[in-house]
Amino acid sequence: MLLIYCPHCQEHREEEEFSYGGEAHITRPVAPESLTDAEWGDYLFFRKNPRGLHHEMWYHGVGCRRYFNATRNTLTYEILETYLVGTQPQITGAGV
Amino acid sequence: MILNAVDTMKRYSAFSLLKNALTYHENWQKVWRNPTPKKDYDVIIVGGGGHGLATAYYLAKVHGITNVAVVEKGYLGGGNTARNTTIIRSNYLWDEAAQLYELSLKLWEGLSQELNYNVMFSQRGVLNLGHNLQDMRDIERRVNANRLNGIDGEVVTPERIKEIAPLINISRNSRYPILGASWQPRGGTARHDAVAWGYARGADALGVDMIQQTEVTGIRRKDGAVVGVETTNGFIGARKVACVTAGSSGLVAAMAGIRLPVESRPLQAMVSEPVKPCLDTVVMSNAVHGYVSQSDKGDLVIGAGVDSYNGYGQRGSFNVIEHTVQAICELFPAFSRLQMNRQWGGIVDTCPDACPIISKTSVGGLYFNCGWGTGGFKATPGSGFVFADTVANDRPHPLAAAFNIDRFNTGALIDEHGAAGVAH
Ligand SMILES: Cc1cc2nc3c(=O)[nH]c(=O)nc-3n(C[C@H](O)[C@H](O)[C@H](O)COP(=O)(O)OP(=O)(O)OC[C@H]3O[C@@H](n4cnc5c(N)ncnc54)[C@H](O)[C@@H]3O)c2cc1C
Ligand SMILES: [Zn+2]
Repeated sequence: MLLIYCPHCQEHREEEEFSYGGEAHITRPVAPESLTDAEWGDYLFFRKNPRGLHHEMWYHGVGCRRYFNATRNTLTYEILETYLVGTQPQITGAGV
Repeated sequence: MILNAVDTMKRYSAFSLLKNALTYHENWQKVWRNPTPKKDYDVIIVGGGGHGLATAYYLAKVHGITNVAVVEKGYLGGGNTARNTTIIRSNYLWDEAAQLYELSLKLWEGLSQELNYNVMFSQRGVLNLGHNLQDMRDIERRVNANRLNGIDGEVVTPERIKEIAPLINISRNSRYPILGASWQPRGGTARHDAVAWGYARGADALGVDMIQQTEVTGIRRKDGAVVGVETTNGFIGARKVACVTAGSSGLVAAMAGIRLPVESRPLQAMVSEPVKPCLDTVVMSNAVHGYVSQSDKGDLVIGAGVDSYNGYGQRGSFNVIEHTVQAICELFPAFSRLQMNRQWGGIVDTCPDACPIISKTSVGGLYFNCGWGTGGFKATPGSGFVFADTVANDRPHPLAAAFNIDRFNTGALIDEHGAAGVAH
């Protein structure tokens, strides 16, 4: 069971209060109609899926009902930081 | 050399069993050789799970391509092939998927004979339960679609379900009331290890090299085409490289600078202590995230849902397994008395449309067969069959064409979330 620190509630809460939102920092295309099929497919479906550090979105559905980002190690499941959407992670590095 | 390998494979039979009994079973031949890798091969298959081994077998058997190596980082069949709950069925919704899984089911039906190896395929039938009106509408639609595709199936009532699986609780007052189910009598289970070993033995006898304990760490390319693989035991040359690495597919693709639309997540299962026969079919429920059958040893084999977040740790979340156990105990109150013996997880490569990728890539001579996610065991024979054809002829097998990786750009997805769901 993960214990996740919600930066909005400023508390550690159990994993079951949250749902996973997938890879973070994906920018919605400003002009979708001008994208090629490859670019659109990439935006919709292709994800990093690293073994190691991953920046990802979480949603605190049973708490504040707000999204935030986390940097988590997908091999050890250690959560290294959580941070607000719109800000950048402090901890970065390649996937393993 | 190759002929030699064929010659030396001794067939299993009642007679050979008797003969070996006389020498206390100490003189059985090795099931496959343990060769040192050659300098290069026509085809290298990365990943010695069931799918990779089936691919090797059909490359040699159907296409006569025998200068092949299967390179496996651990031991043969030790990945998801060893970890799955072995449910086999073909009742998928869309034509493309239904045809692929049905090809597989047909191959299962003759596989023990084909391989001269008992894969313990048992057509004990598969029930997919419905717990609310929408489930039942989906089930009716799916069964109708299956029948149009020539796949067996019927919609059954709670009373009929109770006849098939007497321990099930069909009370209307239960937490997950059972309103009906789809029933595929030709579905069932098989012995996971035997499938891998049977294909490995068959491929080995045709001259394919099984290279175990060797991890592929790089895919060497020249002028946009593969020339071989870097491994923990040095470079091995190849004209074609076919990757069948399940949960590690994204990592292997990255070695060739390719991205895949797959995400890797743990999927869990567990087995109970062995008990006398009490369930002679497979019961699955998408809605409550649980599926159960009884192995020939007597233990109940129970599968859970997939974790909601990406992960490569081969274990799963507690809340997922707790949810599954609750559901199974609700469906089968008698099972609440059982103790669980073991629990484990495997890393599955989930695709956005819950369908696999069987495809050429933008790199010449490089092929991928992945994205089977939570439900690829049942497809092992068919997957190997169409992938071998795709690799041998450098164009998609007709049944594999729809599973091209391009579909994520063209939008021609094959949405099998309903039939694949969390379950298998
Ligand atoms: C708990 C669980 C329950 C399941 N239940 C069912 C079910 O009931 N029915 C069903 O149809 N499916 C089920 N599945 C899914 C099924 O197990 C898989 O889809 C299927 O086994 C995939 O086979 P494979 O040969 O592609 O993968 P694997 O058996 O995982 O083989 C891939 C191989 O590639 C090797 N490999 C990876 N990277 C490298 C590398 N760099 N170099 C060399 N080798 C490498 C791995 O070691 C592994 O042996 C389940 C899965 C799990 C985890
Ligand atoms: Zn919160």
